[in-house]
Amino acid sequence: MSTIVNKIKRSTYLDSLALMRVSVEVQALAGVDEAALMMATPASIDILADAGLVNTDVSGIGANDLIIAVRADGSDSANAAIQEAERCLNAMSASGPVSALGDAADTAVSLGDALERMPSANFALISVPGEFATGEAEAALEAGLDVMVFSDNVPESEERRLKEQARSAGRLLMGPDCGTAIVAGTAMGFANVVPRGNIGVIAASGTGLQELSVLLAAEGMGLSHGLGVGGRDLSEAVGGLGCLAAIERLAADPATQHIVLLSKPSAPKVAERVLDALASCDKPAMACLIGYQRSGAAQSFKGVTIYSRIVDTAEAILGHAIAPVLENMVSTGQRADGGRIHGLFAGGTLCAEAQQVLVQRDEPVESNAPLTAVSPLAETPSAQVHRLLDLGADEFTRGQPHPMLEPSVRTAPLRAALDDGQAAVILVDIVLGHGAHPDPAGVLTEALADNPGKPIVASLCGTSGDPQDLVAQRQKLVTAGVVVHTSAARACEHALALLRGYV
Amino acid sequence: MTDPLLNSGPPRVINIGLRQFANDMRQRGLPCVHMDWRPPARGDAPMAGRLRQVHRSYGERIAAANAQAVARMHQGDPVLIDVVLAKDVINGLDERAILHAGPPVEWQRMCGPMRGAVAGAAVFEGWASTLEEGFAMAADGAFQFSPNHHHGAVGPMTGLTTAHMAVMVVENRAFGNRAYCTLNEGLGKVMRFGGNDETVIARLHWLADVLGPLLAAVLAESGGLGLKNLIARGLAMGDEMHQRNVACTSLLIRELSPFISRCAPDQATAAEVLRFMGGNDQLFLNMAMVMGKAIMDPVAGIDHCSVVTAMARNGTDFGVRISATGDEWFVAPVEMPRGLYFPGFTAADANPDMGDSTIVETIGLGGFAMAAAPAVAGFVGAGTAAEALNYTRSMYGITCAKSSEWTIPALDFAGVPTGIDVLKVAHSGLVPTINTGIAHREPGIGQVGAGIVEAPYRCFTQATDAFIRTLGEP
Repeated sequence: MSTIVNKIKRSTYLDSLALMRVSVEVQALAGVDEAALMMATPASIDILADAGLVNTDVSGIGANDLIIAVRADGSDSANAAIQEAERCLNAMSASGPVSALGDAADTAVSLGDALERMPSANFALISVPGEFATGEAEAALEAGLDVMVFSDNVPESEERRLKEQARSAGRLLMGPDCGTAIVAGTAMGFANVVPRGNIGVIAASGTGLQELSVLLAAEGMGLSHGLGVGGRDLSEAVGGLGCLAAIERLAADPATQHIVLLSKPSAPKVAERVLDALASCDKPAMACLIGYQRSGAAQSFKGVTIYSRIVDTAEAILGHAIAPVLENMVSTGQRADGGRIHGLFAGGTLCAEAQQVLVQRDEPVESNAPLTAVSPLAETPSAQVHRLLDLGADEFTRGQPHPMLEPSVRTAPLRAALDDGQAAVILVDIVLGHGAHPDPAGVLTEALADNPGKPIVASLCGTSGDPQDLVAQRQKLVTAGVVVHTSAARACEHALALLRGYV
Repeated sequence: MTDPLLNSGPPRVINIGLRQFANDMRQRGLPCVHMDWRPPARGDAPMAGRLRQVHRSYGERIAAANAQAVARMHQGDPVLIDVVLAKDVINGLDERAILHAGPPVEWQRMCGPMRGAVAGAAVFEGWASTLEEGFAMAADGAFQFSPNHHHGAVGPMTGLTTAHMAVMVVENRAFGNRAYCTLNEGLGKVMRFGGNDETVIARLHWLADVLGPLLAAVLAESGGLGLKNLIARGLAMGDEMHQRNVACTSLLIRELSPFISRCAPDQATAAEVLRFMGGNDQLFLNMAMVMGKAIMDPVAGIDHCSVVTAMARNGTDFGVRISATGDEWFVAPVEMPRGLYFPGFTAADANPDMGDSTIVETIGLGGFAMAAAPAVAGFVGAGTAAEALNYTRSMYGITCAKSSEWTIPALDFAGVPTGIDVLKVAHSGLVPTINTGIAHREPGIGQVGAGIVEAPYRCFTQATDAFIRTLGEP
């Protein structure tokens, strides 16, 4: 049986829209058919009467009086509704001023809008889908900003045009596919917290820059800047334009005393052009071109020393060896019989570094991201050929997150490897820092929960300043029986030593 | 020389893409503006490419033309000078002409409330003796329908203007042009919401016979009423001039009441008029609209100018005009408002968007000035005052300039977003936000609520393509 209840609050003024909002809330209560709160003007009374909501004497009330009108399925629901209405009204007047505006207040709707909000902006970080990145980068360069393009899947021809546009504009374009940069001590994208120093690093690879900066940071050495150029900069098509621009900027930068170039394999002519620029830049320079020399021997090009592994480059800068070196290893008591090293990497460069270790030792190795001297993946894995997988490569990240962002994508291949009789030792990388997962070690050790005793060797790339707790991450790994190194090369050497029984 | 990036302290970043990067930087105390990126041109890559090309080749000329448009808007000096019968100032009101809101529409496609209003107007003018007869005559093609905008006029909601209705006359003293609009009937069951019974018609007669002539006398006596100043004051008092006009209405009555008491034929009339005006919270809406028309008409026809000169709806179609293409309408189906409903009504009862009142958004008020009227944000579902500020802020992204005369205290007296740039709408995908009343979809019933509606994106892409053609581009 429908019940109509009215409550009048004299000399109570509230905004009609505020009242409408309360009406909506009250009307949603159980048993309530219709609810309305209105200031009792004649027009409003008419509306309420037309809606069949009036059952009180309204002759004495007027525009300054508030009427609450409810129609419900019984007097209990109706009275509860009236109570709720009054509660809402009290809450409204009791609440303080609106607190700090949410995210939307600081959000620009266009580049022009963003520049108006921050006229002193000097940098654009672009992480939109690849097919749109060029347009955004062009606009940012035209607006006079230096640019970092985190996005990948940008067509190669567009990369060259963008870098030419940047050169004409006298601006820096880092990327595309630049995941890591450290600008004036500020980590951008995936990067570790490292001290400020006077070494300027130009990197065609993110995790390479990360590992190098972390190895130096362990001994208090810092970077002036770490400038990314994207994975394709040293290709024939792009011609090293990013490296050349970065060399120019660092050469002119008073905070930079040494320049280090770090890259995965590249087109030889382009590498030469870039090495030339390094040689003539008036500052001491060195290069790490992973896989440059099969033997790993350091080369010299017009006074610039070229190393084939990150670990060798770091040792040259630090002036001493990064232990343990293969020859000095102490047996862990573990020994694997036959089988291959099975590597599952989140960092592409770290995968390349491990490949170079094995190449230098004349070990047969295959990879989905092979160095020149390394075979591509065979159809069927073999117990005799080491298999190193870069899980961040394009073929693995279509429709799946990158392992740096979501380490759990490594879980399935890891569990498969644990059960694979041919995979005698498993090699992985754990990368900490800004942008990385909050607990990569936790994800890994969880995946290892049912490890039948297979040796796991990991390189852990992180500093005590990183958002993740470095000590706790290391502890998790050690507790799970993982052997932990700070260098991907050293980890691979250890894996090899376990396999070949070195002591 | 200091490197602008490497030696200038922490980089000051505009983050375009993943919000987590901006959140992370802000957490670290780094200066960062996040840009809410959407695919340009709502994912239409060829359109985005055309826009980039136009910007490169014509950007400066367009900016100069748009600056000229905004200058004309600022120079505008709209003064309410008279109230007369429509037939005395508007051409083409003979031969059973009925002017309506929005772009052109014929009877077959007219929405319920507009048809209801047409029947009522036919009775009001004496062309039909009953509403039924009015409907029949309309279906028979007895009436000449034409947009208000084609006759220098505007009208809210159904917006009907016929020969014997009273219309206000506003003159833009800076350019000499004039614009017209009927007087606001009040709230509830009125012709602009499709009402058409005897009370509606009697009121229209009263407006033409009593209120109109008295206001005419008042304006003659007072030398006219400058309107821009009222807007400026109203914005500081919680009005946005589309859904909220109570402050400006009050200021208007304050300005005119001495003249009303002096010019009224008798005390009873003065009292009747003041009671009507005082009881109508939306009285000023029609003045804001006719002011908007008077301000925007001189902005039409500037070469290379991509500023929107009119937005209007007829309950079926939404029409947009831009400066460079003059009178051409760019049309797409109207959208449904989202809002709050009076007791007894729901969204199922609502009529689609309607009215010339979007001339108010065209001059930077209404939805664009929502920051001045936080209470209106309640229409956005669970809106808070903060939402109101964000609506205005987002409209800055699609306009040329900020007004120098109409400012909003809550935004530290920033000017309202002025000069909608159709190219910015096309590129950003962000369309004008409009605050509007909602009519019942059936004729003869009236208002059922109020809410928010968006202008259809397609109007702006069509306008952009036409604009690009005027540049001589394919």
